[in-house]
Amino acid sequence: MLRGVLQLGLGRGLLTRGLGSRGGGSTVDWDEKVSEVKKKIKSMLPGEICDPLYDTSHLPPEQSDVVIVGGGVVGLSVAFWLKKLEKRRGAIRVLVVERDHTYAQASTGLSVGGIRQQFSLPENVQLSLFSINFLRNINEYLAVVDAPPLDLQFNPSGYLLLASEKSASTLENNVKVQRQEGAKICLMSPEQLRNKFPWINTEGVALASYGMEDEGWFDPWSLLQGLRRKVQSMGVLFCQGEVTRFVSSSSRMETTSGEEIIMKRIREVHVKMDNSLEYQPVECAIVINAAGAWSGKIAELAGVGKGPPGTLQGTKLPVEPRKRYVYLWHCPQGPGLETPFVADTNGVYFRREGLGNNYLGGRSPTEEEEPDPSNLEVDHDFFQEKVWPQLAQRVPAFENLKVRSSWAGYYDYNTFDQNGVVGPHPLVVNMYFATGFSGHGLQHAPAVGRAVAEMVLEGHFQTIDMSPFLFSRFHLGEKVLEQNIF
Amino acid sequence: MPLRLAALVRALSGAGAPGGAKAWRPLLQLLTEHFYDVEALRERWLQKRLRKVHQENRCFTSLEERYGPDIAGAAFVLKQGGAVKFQDQEWIRPNKHGRFSLEFLKFQNVPVEAVDASGCAINYHGLRSLLPLKELRSLWLRHCPHVDDWCLSRLHPLAGSLQELSLAGCPHISERGLACLHHLQSLCWLDISDLPAVSNPGLTRILVEEMLPSCQVLGADWTQGLRLGPEQQPRDTASPSPA
Repeated sequence: MLRGVLQLGLGRGLLTRGLGSRGGGSTVDWDEKVSEVKKKIKSMLPGEICDPLYDTSHLPPEQSDVVIVGGGVVGLSVAFWLKKLEKRRGAIRVLVVERDHTYAQASTGLSVGGIRQQFSLPENVQLSLFSINFLRNINEYLAVVDAPPLDLQFNPSGYLLLASEKSASTLENNVKVQRQEGAKICLMSPEQLRNKFPWINTEGVALASYGMEDEGWFDPWSLLQGLRRKVQSMGVLFCQGEVTRFVSSSSRMETTSGEEIIMKRIREVHVKMDNSLEYQPVECAIVINAAGAWSGKIAELAGVGKGPPGTLQGTKLPVEPRKRYVYLWHCPQGPGLETPFVADTNGVYFRREGLGNNYLGGRSPTEEEEPDPSNLEVDHDFFQEKVWPQLAQRVPAFENLKVRSSWAGYYDYNTFDQNGVVGPHPLVVNMYFATGFSGHGLQHAPAVGRAVAEMVLEGHFQTIDMSPFLFSRFHLGEKVLEQNIF
Repeated sequence: MPLRLAALVRALSGAGAPGGAKAWRPLLQLLTEHFYDVEALRERWLQKRLRKVHQENRCFTSLEERYGPDIAGAAFVLKQGGAVKFQDQEWIRPNKHGRFSLEFLKFQNVPVEAVDASGCAINYHGLRSLLPLKELRSLWLRHCPHVDDWCLSRLHPLAGSLQELSLAGCPHISERGLACLHHLQSLCWLDISDLPAVSNPGLTRILVEEMLPSCQVLGADWTQGLRLGPEQQPRDTASPSPA
């Protein structure tokens, strides 16, 4: 109908069609004209792009209250809790900046997906308990109208940690702490272990701790998608781009002891688009560093660690990417349906995957064996030499196995004490960290998100006291170490 | 005006006949996408439905303190609409109006032996009332809409006494939850038939039988899901076998 009107309207104004075509004049492409006019009318409707010169829909907004650098499970969890705990609906504008929307190298998707309460620090146990509560009630927290309920594919099979003679007392102390916090862990002797799991070879095992409830593994990708869906419905904006620069203002201050320090405040975040030089400066009030394995680089951009070494200005964020391998193998006579997530005394771990006698596992390399983190290539010799012998020794059935596939992922490894960094930086006052979890990021993500949101909105931690995990411990040298048994 | 809108949304959400609601679903989705009020109302309805399930699963702490865990657990099950059997007594069931007699309150030291919570709205939180029943021998959870894998992981305190367990027809139980039934070492009868969320019912039944060797498992036939070869087709026994 529009086409007819156009033809009629334009046709009458010009000379008759016959004259135009004989003289070799330009033919009018009616289809193109119609679609152009349709686009123009559509852009006049409310809610559409009103700037006809440039299309800026791919750029982030020019202003945002909170900018979260990193769109993995930790970043999305912070965004979720920020929107959930805000005092008024729509009070806070949150922007999540993620460099790679396919999440090809993000630790979340490549994770093995385990969650356990068997830690030695009471704060870590509390984080896990909160997170498992969140996962259990996920369809209440992340419910979106008209969307299907989320299935995390949680396997409540528990974790089995094995301890040798010299680490048995550490394990017992750890279990005491865990039980005090409310986790349901039972200690097993080698005899009980043999009765319950006849496929285990208990040589060298003095004590084992087994999580009866609230431990197991789940699908991290579905958690990520569920968070993404809910967070988008709550009004959080997403942008695909890379943070390349922070523009901050600084002011000289004097401490009570007369020392002069420079306090910075980030004013703008420059977000550069993919495959182009185009960037958008986003004015912001708060920046959350949830960039996972690349948080160290983001912190450097913000000026963290620029100063003489040994001072607070010179303390860098000690988070760097470390590569870890995961192997999937098939073993026809392997352990059955009741297999928990087994972590052996020497660091080798494995768990069941599906119903077809497939297992996932790996091992944390020692400091000397650390692989090069510049790529995600898998070293198959590592499995042959360092993982398989130990697996076969612990579970004799694993002597015949066939590796089906393998992949590698990054840990956001905290080289200082292998535990997370949460909370604001003392000098760059509006940058909050939520990173450095060294392999526990996924299982603590819901609780850490809540802690950071409470810090941002209230100024202090409310649900779980995460003050041992603040940045200042790097300068003061106070290590918060997990008493690992391997 | 807002009251009329709320009534309209409720009607369209299908609080009435489910058949009629399906036809209105696209319209409801369109309204939700375009109007914040409709979206907020529907979110509120969703939260209200979830809170209702929680409300039904509260445990009776005052009864527990006064009469003990067995009677509190029995009261919980009867309130939900299930049936309870005390040791050496008859089954106690509510009548069709949901009322039940309070004479079980006099069974002070008699343990509960069997619970039939089929079709009840029991969920993870509600199971807390059943866990202190130290002599529970038989638990039937057929067709419970809110019993899922998390609930099964919570059953391990009953390992000492539980001998019969039925989970037939529960829509949210999958093989992952069945894996944590290995704690129940005293189990001798397990019904896992008709579980729609289990991905491979035949294989799952075999794996559960291996996991619980002394237990009789009722479930899908192991040939279900298998493709039989031409020589393995079930023969008609009346026809003469080839020589």
